[in-house]
Amino acid sequence: METLTKTSRRDFLKLGLTAGGGLVLSFNWSDSLARITHAGDEAAVNVDFNSYLSISPDDVITIFSPNPELGQNIKTSFPMVVAEELDADWKKVNVVQAALDVKKYDRQLTGGSGAVPHSWERLRKAGATARQMLMEAAAKKWNVSASSLTASNGFVIHADGRKLSYGALAADAAGIPVPTEVKLKNPKDFKLIGTAVPNVDNKEMVTGKPLYGLDFYREGMLHAMIQRPPAFGTKIKSVNAAAAKALPGIVDVVTFKNNVAIVGKSTWEIMKARRVLKVEYEKEGNIESTTDHDKLFKELLDKPEATVRRQDGDVVAAFKNAATVIKREYQCPFLSHAPMEPMNFFAHVKADSVELVGPTQTPDRARNATAQLLGISPDKVTVELTRLGGGFGRRLQADYVVEAAELSKLINAPVKVTWSREDDMMGGSYRPAVRYRFEAALDAKGSMTGYKLRGVGINAGNSTREDNFPSGAVDNLLIESIDHQSPITTGAWRAPITNFLAFAEQAFLDEVALAAKKDPVQFRLELLDKAKQSPVGAIRYDIDRTKSVINLVAEKSGWGKKKNLAQGFSVYFSHRSYVAQVAEVEMVSGNPVLKKIYAASDCGIVINLSGARQQVMGGIVDGLGHALYGQVTFKEGAAEQHNFNNYRLIRYNEVPEVEVHFVDNGIDPTGLGEPALPPTGGAVANAIFKATGKRLYNQPFILQEEMKGVKLGLKM
Amino acid sequence: MAAYSIHVNGETKKIDVASDTPLLWVLRDSLGLVGTKYGCGIAQCGACTVHLNGTAVRSCSLPISAIGASKVTTIEGLSKEGDHPVQQAWQEVDVPQCGYCQAGQIMSAAALLTKNPSPSEDQIATAMNGNICRCGTYHRIKEAVVLASSKMK
Repeated sequence: METLTKTSRRDFLKLGLTAGGGLVLSFNWSDSLARITHAGDEAAVNVDFNSYLSISPDDVITIFSPNPELGQNIKTSFPMVVAEELDADWKKVNVVQAALDVKKYDRQLTGGSGAVPHSWERLRKAGATARQMLMEAAAKKWNVSASSLTASNGFVIHADGRKLSYGALAADAAGIPVPTEVKLKNPKDFKLIGTAVPNVDNKEMVTGKPLYGLDFYREGMLHAMIQRPPAFGTKIKSVNAAAAKALPGIVDVVTFKNNVAIVGKSTWEIMKARRVLKVEYEKEGNIESTTDHDKLFKELLDKPEATVRRQDGDVVAAFKNAATVIKREYQCPFLSHAPMEPMNFFAHVKADSVELVGPTQTPDRARNATAQLLGISPDKVTVELTRLGGGFGRRLQADYVVEAAELSKLINAPVKVTWSREDDMMGGSYRPAVRYRFEAALDAKGSMTGYKLRGVGINAGNSTREDNFPSGAVDNLLIESIDHQSPITTGAWRAPITNFLAFAEQAFLDEVALAAKKDPVQFRLELLDKAKQSPVGAIRYDIDRTKSVINLVAEKSGWGKKKNLAQGFSVYFSHRSYVAQVAEVEMVSGNPVLKKIYAASDCGIVINLSGARQQVMGGIVDGLGHALYGQVTFKEGAAEQHNFNNYRLIRYNEVPEVEVHFVDNGIDPTGLGEPALPPTGGAVANAIFKATGKRLYNQPFILQEEMKGVKLGLKM
Repeated sequence: MAAYSIHVNGETKKIDVASDTPLLWVLRDSLGLVGTKYGCGIAQCGACTVHLNGTAVRSCSLPISAIGASKVTTIEGLSKEGDHPVQQAWQEVDVPQCGYCQAGQIMSAAALLTKNPSPSEDQIATAMNGNICRCGTYHRIKEAVVLASSKMK
């Protein structure tokens, strides 16, 4: 039981002093709300220093990690930041995933590689504030000045050698006024940050403990699967559920909106009942096929009008006066997010509250969408976060949460809705399909005097990043987009837009460099120098940071110095970080073999070296796998890929060696969940060109005409 | 519905389910052994890998009626304390990202190393190729299999 009261500091102290050992004392550091939690019969007093941190008398440091964990390693790296400034003993840190709490936490979501940059200072202050209070408590106890004390590894230490553990000081520290100003460490003094710390959930993961949404079971809970329209642009015409309802274990079949939910006692029973469910569908909107989109893209690329995203100088004149013009097109298909854990959520809509449990990247959005649907106040809805078996952007959407809540209300029971892999792959929402046209004008000296980009996409919104490189480095530039509205649902897919734009742009610039008779790396460095000396318009990227990753990857890969290997280069800025990559291809018996990828990343200060290295390696594997194999095509509104038998994901024996480097510059962290993915496709395509003379313009690579007769070797 | 008695992790379990119920859903829905994961349902991803008499099998495509007297081992039963050399290696190498596929990966690796404690690179690839990791932890999976192999020698 807990109560949240807006008491004054004086009231809080009084309560704390008079209530004795039966209370857990706490307060919220960020908004100075006092929080009194009755701890039953326990004599022990835990002190919650703030929303992130609680210390028990036996020295257990509990750190709450608010953001959803989906493999970006936030549940390890966030607490590391708090523990660093606290000078805690990491071995005594117990990490707890916090439920959604909009009063305690800010930006409690996973997306946009933004959690660490957003919370960095907040987390540091959470640790540093508590550390200062513990030191002041010790100073008071020993009647010495706080400046004569130091803190290390969970203890406050006096110059004379006396020491007290944080657990022993916590109760006294709770009575110290919360400092409004606190000194943070010089990053040079970090002991924990920058080291390789294993994932805090490793033991639970390798022993099969229930961690994920699908692992959530509760006594009396029903299971459900929902049949959604098999084609986008269709709606339910009729439902015949008689045969399904008659099967063992089936509790009900409920139709709502365009959904037919089969509710039963076990997963397999509802899966079987779906096979005999008869639903007829009829046309509701546009019924589109991939062949329609292919035609449409060509029309849109030639359409006179488009949304102008950026315009510098006089592009018409630049192209008219050009010595050489290069014009190329690149296309990417829809992709499924395909997290290994299919969509699912538990919902229990009760008379006066709603309980939601499951894997979501955006618990607050899920809560608000559910409250809105049910016409209740959001504070009636609780969201408990499980670990996420991947997300890749799919779990930014709240559709599968709201659906579970709606069903729970209709059947008046607690229910877990599980999506089959087929539901997940055929039901959206996808990485949008996009086609780009790039044009470059070179003068007689090989300088790029003009640059044009038009992106046309299906529910892609702005398919360009108009203020990214090479904008700022070209005097005459035009960037436009056109979006086609389709019933096929799309959404953010890891490194939205840039996951494909980067390939197209970096492959194009490779061709432009060649036409300009310049080394691809040198060509980019010259453009960056130009942007530095005489910038044109707004520049979103940091020129020096871009150059630093280019130079580091060139050095580490021995760029241009290897005789028997074909190297391909790529560099990209996405979100707030910079990654350059060099792919190496060796010709073996006339076929290209992808041997190795070097990556140099600038994400500012690296918090957890182990997590960061894997984030880069995993991002490269993700980028490579989808560039090679990934595509969802549509025939009359229906996805033609249903499961991993015809939607190919990269496997163990197909990944090249990866070498990871970081720029060490002491800049506050700028995020790493996505930035390593975008450069990979370009680096690989450029290396394949260097080795074979064949240019790749479309993804997935292995299905392209250019790859006919070429056996791309992939070997771990 | 039919009554079955199966051997799971050294214990005999009685369940009453339809004969075509995949072992995966018996483990998860009937026995509460949720470490074995659902990923695709068609034996393509390997998330549901368990051991049947020591051999790695995909439990999503194995009906309960086919189990008979075979011994089933799941990730929960691989070791008592979670300290099987493969489980140790997975933690030491810090393999998991999202972690969802890792129980299946570990079961594939453990079955391989029990039969062949010193596998070649190609033998590791053959054993691990049926397990998809969407996060792309393959490099560390390889490192962990090699480390576990050295622990088992």
